[in-house]
Amino acid sequence: MNIELATQLNSLLASLILLTAFALLVQRRMNALLHLFAWQGLLLAVSTAIVGYLGGAHDLYISSVLTLSMKVVLLPYILHKLIVKLKIHKEVETVVNIPTTMLMGIVLVIFSYHLTAPIRELSTLVTRSTLAVALATVMLGFLMMITRKHAVTQIIGFLAMENGLLFAATSATYGMPLVVELGVALDLLIAAFIFGMFFFHISTTFDSLDVDQMARLKEED
Amino acid sequence: MNIHPLLIELLQFATLLFVAPLFAGWVKMVKCWFQGRSAPSIFQPWRDIRKLLSKDVALAENASWIFRFTPYLVFGVSVMAGGIIPILSMDLPLSATADVIALVALFAIARFFTALAGMDIGTAFGGMGSSREMTIASLAEPAMLMAVFAVSLVAKSTSLSQMALVISQGHSLLRPSLVFALLAFVLIALAETGRVPVDNPATHLELTMIHEAMVLEYSGRHLALVEWAKMMKLFLFVALGIASFFPWGIARHEAMTAVFMAFPVLLLKFGIVGVGLVMIETGLAKMRIFRITEFLGTAFLFATLGMLSYFMLE
Repeated sequence: MNIELATQLNSLLASLILLTAFALLVQRRMNALLHLFAWQGLLLAVSTAIVGYLGGAHDLYISSVLTLSMKVVLLPYILHKLIVKLKIHKEVETVVNIPTTMLMGIVLVIFSYHLTAPIRELSTLVTRSTLAVALATVMLGFLMMITRKHAVTQIIGFLAMENGLLFAATSATYGMPLVVELGVALDLLIAAFIFGMFFFHISTTFDSLDVDQMARLKEED
Repeated sequence: MNIHPLLIELLQFATLLFVAPLFAGWVKMVKCWFQGRSAPSIFQPWRDIRKLLSKDVALAENASWIFRFTPYLVFGVSVMAGGIIPILSMDLPLSATADVIALVALFAIARFFTALAGMDIGTAFGGMGSSREMTIASLAEPAMLMAVFAVSLVAKSTSLSQMALVISQGHSLLRPSLVFALLAFVLIALAETGRVPVDNPATHLELTMIHEAMVLEYSGRHLALVEWAKMMKLFLFVALGIASFFPWGIARHEAMTAVFMAFPVLLLKFGIVGVGLVMIETGLAKMRIFRITEFLGTAFLFATLGMLSYFMLE
């Protein structure tokens, strides 16, 4: 595999990651959301491996395997178990006006392109152009957390944000130090368990995972 | 040995006029195979057109000139579009007269007059069909232009011949902007040609039809022209997609062998596209009409991402 082909492949993967980020933003069904999240993780893992090959940074291979095991297998599996256990697997979430959300997403992509333009000029790495996509993925995950009302969907948005951060790290500096990445992976795993406990508590208290219900928590005037 | 460019142009018109009904017949045939029915002959659309041409026109009393004029205009516009899109050869004299933006405008003229004709008689269905068609058009056209711009950014030109030439010389399909533009184009083409997730071309059920509702009042040779134009529109959109995304095999110059070699390649590509179209149509159910905004919004998103990724990633 020559360098030029690998660079092109990486750009293509970056655009596909952006595509999955948008798909996550507009998808209504819970199971499809999990699948999309797993796909995004897979694309990220492949992209990380390619960047590792391009930059000769071999610890990125470990990071790639870590992403593959955590974000493609383990986290979707845990979330799936949760969804089945809380009996919300058939739930179709109401999303506020999908076309508007898409337009907002496009604006965010343009914004992150402008924001990263100076870095593109300064950086000498071959992956510098994918930084805008990475930042856009973070923003889209953020937008997803804002526009959705279901707790599980918000968690998926959060995890998608984390995907974007990892992608930003690989494209800006050929990855974080391995220690940091191991730490982040462990944090995510712990977070998933804590999320699970919170879900149980929310659903037993309110009979629903809709976070709007939490408005009931405030004191009466 | 070279062919005169004007002769190539004539060849293109002939291809358009004769292969478009064949393609419609092929799609129908494959669809029947997929659904386990016995298929009509591939020449059936041809026979339908011939039969309709020999029939008398039954015209409503209050039909104005718009109603009578529209079939000829729609037919003429479709034929003219066939002279602009590189179907057999990229070296077309007419392609200098109109670029891809003009092509979108040509389709818009045809749609405008069809919608007027739908309302002209004053039946309820005609008006309903026109209203729905214009709703779809207002969403599809911006997305279409965006998708086209994404390709013309790569080709640095809006001339269709130039676009096909540049794409066929470029050495890779891995460009993200082209992938996005292709996705957008497929969605838009499905909407514009009235295929299944948006409109069902085979239905005459009152509440679901869109294009059929507009042309419900036509008969005889008018109906023949409208139907023929509809088949040509499908053909032209496929040809446009092939010319912008998979132009390999289209003749680059006027050498006779190249032009004649382009023909079997063309048939092969159309055969494959036909099977793909049938797979989409049998795999998906028709959408509720209010979901179409999301469908075409997605197309717009893809097209815009295509343009953006040209700047971001290439």
